[in-house]
Amino acid sequence: MTSAAPKFESDFDFLRRLVHERSAIVLEPTQSYLLEARLGPVAHKAGIPTVGELLRRLRLERYGPLHRSVVEAMTTNETFFFRDLAPFQALQKVVIPAILGNNAASRQLSVWCAAASSGQEPYSVAMTLREHFPQLTQWKVELHATDLSDEMLERVRSGSYSQLEVNRGLPAQMLIKYFQRSGVRWTVKPELTSLLTVRKVNLIDPWPNFPLLDVVFLRNVLIYFDVETKKKILGRMKRVLRPGGYLFLGGAETTSGLEDDFERVNFANASCYQLRGPEAK
Amino acid sequence: MHALVIDDSRAMRKVLSKILGDLGFSVVEAGNGQEALERMQSEAVDLALIDWNMPVMNGYEFLQAVRAQPSWADVRLMMVTTETGIEEMTKALAAGADEYVMKPFTKSDLVSKLGLMGFRREATP
Ligand SMILES: C[S@@+](CC[C@H](N)C(=O)[O-])C[C@H]1O[C@@H](n2cnc3c(N)ncnc32)[C@H](O)[C@@H]1O
Ligand SMILES: [Mg+2]
Repeated sequence: MTSAAPKFESDFDFLRRLVHERSAIVLEPTQSYLLEARLGPVAHKAGIPTVGELLRRLRLERYGPLHRSVVEAMTTNETFFFRDLAPFQALQKVVIPAILGNNAASRQLSVWCAAASSGQEPYSVAMTLREHFPQLTQWKVELHATDLSDEMLERVRSGSYSQLEVNRGLPAQMLIKYFQRSGVRWTVKPELTSLLTVRKVNLIDPWPNFPLLDVVFLRNVLIYFDVETKKKILGRMKRVLRPGGYLFLGGAETTSGLEDDFERVNFANASCYQLRGPEAK
Repeated sequence: MHALVIDDSRAMRKVLSKILGDLGFSVVEAGNGQEALERMQSEAVDLALIDWNMPVMNGYEFLQAVRAQPSWADVRLMMVTTETGIEEMTKALAAGADEYVMKPFTKSDLVSKLGLMGFRREATP
């Protein structure tokens, strides 16, 4: 732990501090109701009788797998296919066409979904590429899907979704084209799963060495961080993105007031930004 | 925007009509495909939500009948059904359905699918 624990700390304050230190996520005091709901299942899985006992052990023991699963349990993983739609339309109509021109010589495209959750976002990107840009089969395409949560990464790798999940946001044409049924679940076909490189990245820890990225999806995750963390992460984004590269944020997120080197791309209400190129600086 | 909700379950019709009403659609209902076709003779419909399994004329037969009529080419058709097989889905899309929602569904599922078809709250006065 980096900061010293105050002498008297309520269970919820302890949890807030743990989650903030390990994921940068800021839990609001009004979210204390989440404590039982989210940690009950973690305690149960670990064979610990009560949430109170779980918290006692977390306080006593060194940071380890139990702490990790508690931090993961406090994250919000909500996501769905083609969430907000406009970003994926911008990807199709503006972003990829521009990159096809700019990178025509190298024939390389690299995309990073930096808070992939259960995978609906990277698979929506993969479907957009497959569906509308057949020429990319001649390119070296990298699609990195990362998240903090091991449980979510496992879901991305499995590519397996419930009926409720495929019912939401996913065009029926894409469902029948890119998924197969396995019992009551729907599984993404290997032609899409094979496009993804899945690994764990905590955004507040060091990042892997990606190739220079053309597009980053960093959607609905900054919203959980404090201003300093947002600034730090956006600052680091500038170094991994190619000048002129694109950054997608969530509908309620913006770079404005945090990082001046991104310029909003005008496409419907898509939260899409372009890193200023060297010539624009 | 004017919508037609076709389902043999009255309760389901109410649920769907409410969702569409909230989005700003005016809504009429029909209990089977035959009734729905009759309604469409007299009123211009922008969107139909269609159950599959219904007495008299089922949703798939209704789909085919609508798509056989050139003057109805602009009507957007969405299946809303307990049929969840890839075969049924493929068959419906091939027959001209624009979207397909599997029951059970949530309001936001349905709204997201309507969004895919270009129907949004802002666009429906
Ligand atoms: C609400 S989901 C967003 C999923 C997707 N990007 C979307 O917009 O639909 C937020 C995700 O951020 C992940 N997350 C939270 N803190 C993180 C961190 N410090 N590093 C990496 N991922 C984090 C969570 O595990 C969760 O899967
Ligand atoms: Mg029925």
